[in-house]
Amino acid sequence: MADETNKYSWPAAGERSWIGKRISRVDGPAKVTGAAKYTYDTHRPGMLYGRVVRCPHAHAKIVSIDTSAAEKMPGVVAVHVVQGPGSEIHWAGDDLVVVAAVDENAAGDAARAVKIEYEVLPHFVDDFHQPQNVAEDTSPLSRNDLVTLLINQMPAPQIIERIQKRGVSFKADQGMIDQLKQNNVPESVISALQAAPVKEAPAQASSHYRKEAELTTGDPDAAFKESEVVSEGEYGCPVITHCCMESHGSIAEWPAEDQLFVHLSTQNVSGVSGEYAQALKIKAADVHVHQDHIGGGFGSKFGADRWGIYTAQVSKKAGKPVRVMLERAPELEVAGARPSAFAKVKVGAKKDGTLLAWQSESWGTGGPGGGGAPPMPYVVRIPNQRRQHTAALTNIGPARAWRAPNHPQGCLITMSALDDMAAKLNMDPVDLLLKNIALTAPPEDKTGRANTYHDELLIGSDLMGWKKKWHPRGQGGSGPVKSGLGVAIHTWGGRGHQSTCSVAIRPDGSVEMKMGTQDLGTGTRTAILMIAADTLGLTIEQINLKIGDNQYPPSGGSGGSTTIGGVSSSTRRAAVDARDQLLAKVADALKAKPEELEAVKGTIRVKSAPTRSMSWKDACARLGTQPIEVTDKNLVPNEPLISSGVGGAVMADVSVDVETGIVKMNKMVCVQDCGLVINLKTAESQVYGAMIMGIATTLYEEKVMDPTTGTMLNPNMDFYRLAGYSDIGELVVHMMTGKGYDERGPIGLGEPPTVGPMAAIANAVANAIGMRVPFMPITPDRVVAALSSNQGGSHAGI
Amino acid sequence: KKLNAQLEPRVTLLDALRDQFELTGAKRVCDRGTCGACTVLLDGKAVYSCSVLAIDAQSAQIITVEGLGAAGKLHPVQQAFVDNDAQQCGFCTPGFVVAMKALLDRHPNPTPEQIKHGLGGNFCRCGTYAGMRAAMAQAAKTTKGA
Repeated sequence: MADETNKYSWPAAGERSWIGKRISRVDGPAKVTGAAKYTYDTHRPGMLYGRVVRCPHAHAKIVSIDTSAAEKMPGVVAVHVVQGPGSEIHWAGDDLVVVAAVDENAAGDAARAVKIEYEVLPHFVDDFHQPQNVAEDTSPLSRNDLVTLLINQMPAPQIIERIQKRGVSFKADQGMIDQLKQNNVPESVISALQAAPVKEAPAQASSHYRKEAELTTGDPDAAFKESEVVSEGEYGCPVITHCCMESHGSIAEWPAEDQLFVHLSTQNVSGVSGEYAQALKIKAADVHVHQDHIGGGFGSKFGADRWGIYTAQVSKKAGKPVRVMLERAPELEVAGARPSAFAKVKVGAKKDGTLLAWQSESWGTGGPGGGGAPPMPYVVRIPNQRRQHTAALTNIGPARAWRAPNHPQGCLITMSALDDMAAKLNMDPVDLLLKNIALTAPPEDKTGRANTYHDELLIGSDLMGWKKKWHPRGQGGSGPVKSGLGVAIHTWGGRGHQSTCSVAIRPDGSVEMKMGTQDLGTGTRTAILMIAADTLGLTIEQINLKIGDNQYPPSGGSGGSTTIGGVSSSTRRAAVDARDQLLAKVADALKAKPEELEAVKGTIRVKSAPTRSMSWKDACARLGTQPIEVTDKNLVPNEPLISSGVGGAVMADVSVDVETGIVKMNKMVCVQDCGLVINLKTAESQVYGAMIMGIATTLYEEKVMDPTTGTMLNPNMDFYRLAGYSDIGELVVHMMTGKGYDERGPIGLGEPPTVGPMAAIANAVANAIGMRVPFMPITPDRVVAALSSNQGGSHAGI
Repeated sequence: KKLNAQLEPRVTLLDALRDQFELTGAKRVCDRGTCGACTVLLDGKAVYSCSVLAIDAQSAQIITVEGLGAAGKLHPVQQAFVDNDAQQCGFCTPGFVVAMKALLDRHPNPTPEQIKHGLGGNFCRCGTYAGMRAAMAQAAKTTKGA
């Protein structure tokens, strides 16, 4: 056994029994037989069903609520007012009253009998038109503003500059500082926050916009002057919704006066109890959270949410378990939204393709809070930049994290602008990216990211047949169906969240693991088992893994691609420690030192003399009556087993019928790096899934808002379209593995491959039809509109 | 198995299966006949159980995802989903499994066009169609007679 510093290191390629293999997910059989129980499937004894009265107006004040008729309806057990008279409501579909009854129909009847008077207020849902004549916002930063900057991964110096310039409207207390530290926020930002002047927030500004300070890098004016070619364009994508197949919701019950038990559809099993405790004035330790399976989250299921809290409240009132799962319409209206982003962009380059200058005026909405700017220019760090973002404060409904927050938007705008530049230069866009590949290495990068992108672009080109298929823009064939290719590159951080793992090895040889994590369908269960099995020299069937309960050792929420980094490092540590305790127990019997032993293929044996061995069962029998019980934490934020920062390249091949405007996917290739791959099968599934989601967001998805009523026009799955089985074309995934990747440890895949597809497909459409369809989704009407205008779709014309 | 319940006329087959009989394999997602997550076989035909009233299913033979395969043995379609990782979160999976079984019952050697129609009534959000395509190919070979 190696020394203390690297005894936890990942096994070398030749020594892995499970890691890196293709293993079918362990919960597959449960999922295909219907045996897997989701929150929505759970029935508790005496359970009541909740229905919710929602605000039909986008902006209104509640004047009065009369629940008397509802309370008298047959089957109704309890009625709870969530937001009472005087409350101001900022989006349609917001929760007002919840009714708990013996069945759903009774609850629905009673909900319809609740009488509410509203004072309707003016609403604003336009995020599409560029804000005009808006003064820069100099008000102090709120907590929300800060969180938005952090979620957007704005570089620390820029956050600090903003904190210093504008001050803050809150005092950073110890709880907040601890939380920031836990989330790996740099010390420099935290000290800037502590030193910042606390100013009073101004009364709500009447404007619908918040314009951020202009950000400049280098000398954009001089660089544009020096540029031989300048390309300008407008690009953007609308608000889309998460549309989880299992809607948000929970079952709440009170086993004792101050003890809450919730079955919650959540990405955050270990972390959500505090929210309940605070809202319900009970102890976090008295909140028991359980979830076996979750039917999709994608970033939208981290909190208890307003509905989680009132489910607990109405359950208390009723004295029985109550289940509230959102109906489909509110699931789309209020339970998930990815912010929109639009931009006017100017790019300057030399004739040989050397990129010199970037200028962008961007805008978009994340709902009532406004939201932050997408990272631009994305990945390709053009040396001279001027950027300004304006957030639109709308009554569209609140935004939530959506796989790779802000990256797809930044990627679309940047890669579209670069693709237009390539067309203007008569250059192959892959060549333009390769020409500027040095700009893709982040300043802090030590992993040779530019080389990663370089290699990925070449591998992708090969898999796509790019060189053979590519043609200059607009030369996609003489018939009505034109073909085209597009490319984009993307990135994400990763690393891992804090995670704790307990491993018990019992004298009968059985192994039990407990972790307060969750499997979103990414294969987390399977990956944990593979790492433990690899470490203990067992099969995954020999290990009993329990997850999905906050009474197990805690792990972080599954967001930002931090799960695999978190759980893999804690699992490896706990399993190594448990194994080493077992080796120490049996060393004498094998006449060797513990460090001369290894656990392989269900045996404990001497490394140098493998025939001197004993079976796992016999070894465990020597434990007598004392099982080995180990609980280990990973070392986040300084965990050496994992790292951060990946690159990926996506290429799309489409056909566009210029008579009907219909876009057909022919093929898409994604070449992705994610460090050490634990399970190749589920990793590839995640990349395939990301590409398919990308097809849907590019071609179909839009939260369509009615300007007259301020409500969503398509809160259903007929008109909020996802991709179907036959919409996807041929898909090819290539994972970057081996030297240069494996030693970085596992890095999450939930975000990175979701980023590039939209830009790649949009560029392929431009290449096919000879002009840019500027705004997503690329629906047939938008293709036809772009073709009927002279220079692509004008902003006003779409 | 014979299932009995006294229900209001407005209760759907989906809600009856899920809330009366604890058969929760069929899921409620769109609840209006679009997404296919609630697909079951009604007298051998794939239907959206959210759009069938329970009273209209009286004395009919209903096969849910729980009823495929034998004790301890997956149906070849289910096995194909597992082998080819044709699921992620798994919430749409039972509906797709039943739709694929119904498709193969009607067309043991389905053409691409038949597959397009047979699986075109279901949606997946995680994007598991790549695995499903491989599962379709495997199941078409292994389902014969199952």
